[in-house]
Amino acid sequence: MSKVNTIAPRDTVAPRNFGTVLKDLDWRRYVIYIGFVVVFLFFAVLLRDQGFLSPNNLLNIFRQTATITVIAVGMTYVIACAEIDLSVGSVAGLSSVCTAMALSQWGLVPGILAGLAVGLVVGSINGALVSLLGIPSFLVTLGMLGIAVGVAQWITASAPQPILNDTFNMLFGSGNFGPVPGLVVWSAIFVAIGAVVLNRTRFGRQVLATGGNRNAADFTGINTKRIKFQVLLISAMAASVAGMLYAGRLQSGRFQWGSGDELSAIAAVILGGTSLFGGFGSIVGTLFGALLIGLINNGLILAGLDSSQQQVVRGAIIILAVAMARKK
Amino acid sequence: MNTADNVVEMRSISKGFNGVSVLKDVGFDVRKGEVHALAGGNGAGKSTLMKILQGVYQADAGEILIGGKPAAINSIQDAKAAGIGMVFQEFSLVPSLTVAQNIFLAAEPLGRGGLIDDRTAVKRAREVFSEMEVDVDPRAEVSRLGTAYWQLTEIAKALAQNAQVLIMDEPTASLARHESEALFELIDRLKQRGISIIYISHRMDEVYRLADRITVLRDGRHLLTAPLTDVTPEQIVEGIVGKKIEGQLSYRARDHVAHDGAPLLEVRGLNAGNRVRDVSFTLRPGEIIGLAGLMGSGRTELARALFGIDKVDSGDVLLRGKKVNLGSPQQAINAGVALIPEDRRAQGLVLEHSVQDNLLLPLLGQIQRGPLLDGAKGKELSSSLIKRFAVKVAHPHRPVRLLSGGNQQKVVIAKWLGTDPDILILDEPTAGVDIGTKSEILDMIRELASAGKAVIVISSEYPELLAVSDRVLVVKDGSIIRDIPRSEIADEEYLQFAVQGV
Repeated sequence: MSKVNTIAPRDTVAPRNFGTVLKDLDWRRYVIYIGFVVVFLFFAVLLRDQGFLSPNNLLNIFRQTATITVIAVGMTYVIACAEIDLSVGSVAGLSSVCTAMALSQWGLVPGILAGLAVGLVVGSINGALVSLLGIPSFLVTLGMLGIAVGVAQWITASAPQPILNDTFNMLFGSGNFGPVPGLVVWSAIFVAIGAVVLNRTRFGRQVLATGGNRNAADFTGINTKRIKFQVLLISAMAASVAGMLYAGRLQSGRFQWGSGDELSAIAAVILGGTSLFGGFGSIVGTLFGALLIGLINNGLILAGLDSSQQQVVRGAIIILAVAMARKK
Repeated sequence: MNTADNVVEMRSISKGFNGVSVLKDVGFDVRKGEVHALAGGNGAGKSTLMKILQGVYQADAGEILIGGKPAAINSIQDAKAAGIGMVFQEFSLVPSLTVAQNIFLAAEPLGRGGLIDDRTAVKRAREVFSEMEVDVDPRAEVSRLGTAYWQLTEIAKALAQNAQVLIMDEPTASLARHESEALFELIDRLKQRGISIIYISHRMDEVYRLADRITVLRDGRHLLTAPLTDVTPEQIVEGIVGKKIEGQLSYRARDHVAHDGAPLLEVRGLNAGNRVRDVSFTLRPGEIIGLAGLMGSGRTELARALFGIDKVDSGDVLLRGKKVNLGSPQQAINAGVALIPEDRRAQGLVLEHSVQDNLLLPLLGQIQRGPLLDGAKGKELSSSLIKRFAVKVAHPHRPVRLLSGGNQQKVVIAKWLGTDPDILILDEPTAGVDIGTKSEILDMIRELASAGKAVIVISSEYPELLAVSDRVLVVKDGSIIRDIPRSEIADEEYLQFAVQGV
């Protein structure tokens, strides 16, 4: 290289020293980790006499957030792709019901397959309507939210469907893998696969590109319609697994399981630093977003707040955290 | 001619849209390692021709040869595989990804287990940049980089895909001067490496600085292809302009300008951003001044600064001799300045709202009675505006979206005139408007000036500029380089030369 030709930098890449690294650091993306530590320490000090730090309570937090984590991993793909999926909560409910019914009728494997089929069918319908007909995902999945929960209520006549199959219950939520609760293992698997696929595969990169600038992705030869279809399918599949986790933990299928989870999952994803406008997504951030919500729920219960007060505090914390993460 | 030297050859290309012929039997070729300039006025067919080469459109007739062999280019992918790379204007990168991730998007190097190997991508991106002899950090996120770096990233992206021909469309339009110079040096180096470049530009100085040959298109036909050593700038400009019939668009002298009166607007040493530099001029009541300049010369930015959208760094603006601070559009409106923006659909109208609602939007204060809006008064006001500006509308409650482009533009102008501004700035007022409406709009502008208002018109269409302006200010690189009274401008060609600075 004979000569290096530098165009005068307007706003970039100064030589790296500690000061500029700190200044360049996009700390808003890491606000979730800071927030997590702050809230954790706060509760640890405030609630030390209520057993907040006991291993059992900490495991409980993981257990309680597992289903949200699983749903939120799928949701991260959807939001990073600049779409939204509001149907995940009712998909989880429908999946729990279908699994329970198929289990009592035909046994373990058909039960699991029935749950997965719910995700496959709903995800394909959502994806097809969004990518082929160009209907905004907000509307498609809002409609699907009603349809899925309606179907679940209808086929069960609103009655809970008990699950007596112990293998299923142990596998999906009630049991432990060695010393580790099964629900923790499930969320770990989803987070690990989700993170690797989003960060290290072409598919994940294409999801980010489609969300970041669909025009550019199209011109680069990415089939953005297919990507949009696939993210909605992934989200519904993750929700159907979450539904089975509800079913296994509560040893029954019920249309109410998962109701309202779409909002917790979206909050977890946004808290985790994924851009609501697409183009950037972090699965590990999502995990911490879900854990933070679980942490707040747990702490507020231990602190003796009743559920109405919990909702107010939770809402305020989420708005605050998102405002800090977004303000430029 | 030996066709084997041609990396790309387009033969007898014809293309029409909805029965309207856009390209007629056009030939175009590019040799290895040459910079071939492509020029022509608006609607000459340059961009259609290039879109055919990129696989965005397919030609109705004609053939494309790549390296001397016939090639079927039916998609963007085909064009890429054939070695055609496009340097887009800013929109083909994903801002949230890094430079290296953008360069290798959809062609990422894979490592163990089929996972993306970002480290190799960064290394290879660094190699591409070092071959280009530019210094860009491949790990930087694109959204944090300036325009010049976006362009370098796009060029690197094309080169990483082994492009042999790069199409650049007005690449210096959004660059500062020293950035443009760096780009020219890069183009020289790419040329030496055997890369061919199709360079679309209106700027004669750039074309003469860079290009080996030039092709001029006019009205969808091939007009000339020649080495730049064989043609003069005059011939090229003449070729682009042609001999147009001016007809309705001719200048009519008006004697309303108060030449000795105090200026309505005085701008002294205005600086804003890096596109408005040391601008000074005066504007008298009843006067129309035209701002002429190339794309990216800073005309629009000047208008934005005067209207309080862009921050003014230094300099004074005086209205009727009194210093004013135009820090926001609201302040500008209160001071009596109105801007009719370039992109009326995006910036000037709420398309789904009715004609009446759009007209009344800046006037809500006038039709207010207590806390409520006075419906009858609003109706009266809007129908008087519709009548005064002869907007062709079935009913004032119909959405603006349904009007023709020309009538939409009339609504935008009428909307701002309802506020009764003293100074009116119009940015490309007749873009996308048919010739009949065009002359109506120009009449509106003249009438306003005759009523004592001062008008600034920005237009890329010289006949139109010449038809209304009493004075023409030529803008280049953010500065006013000439201030010419209309009477000294003989014809369009004179203005072309003034703008080119030749």
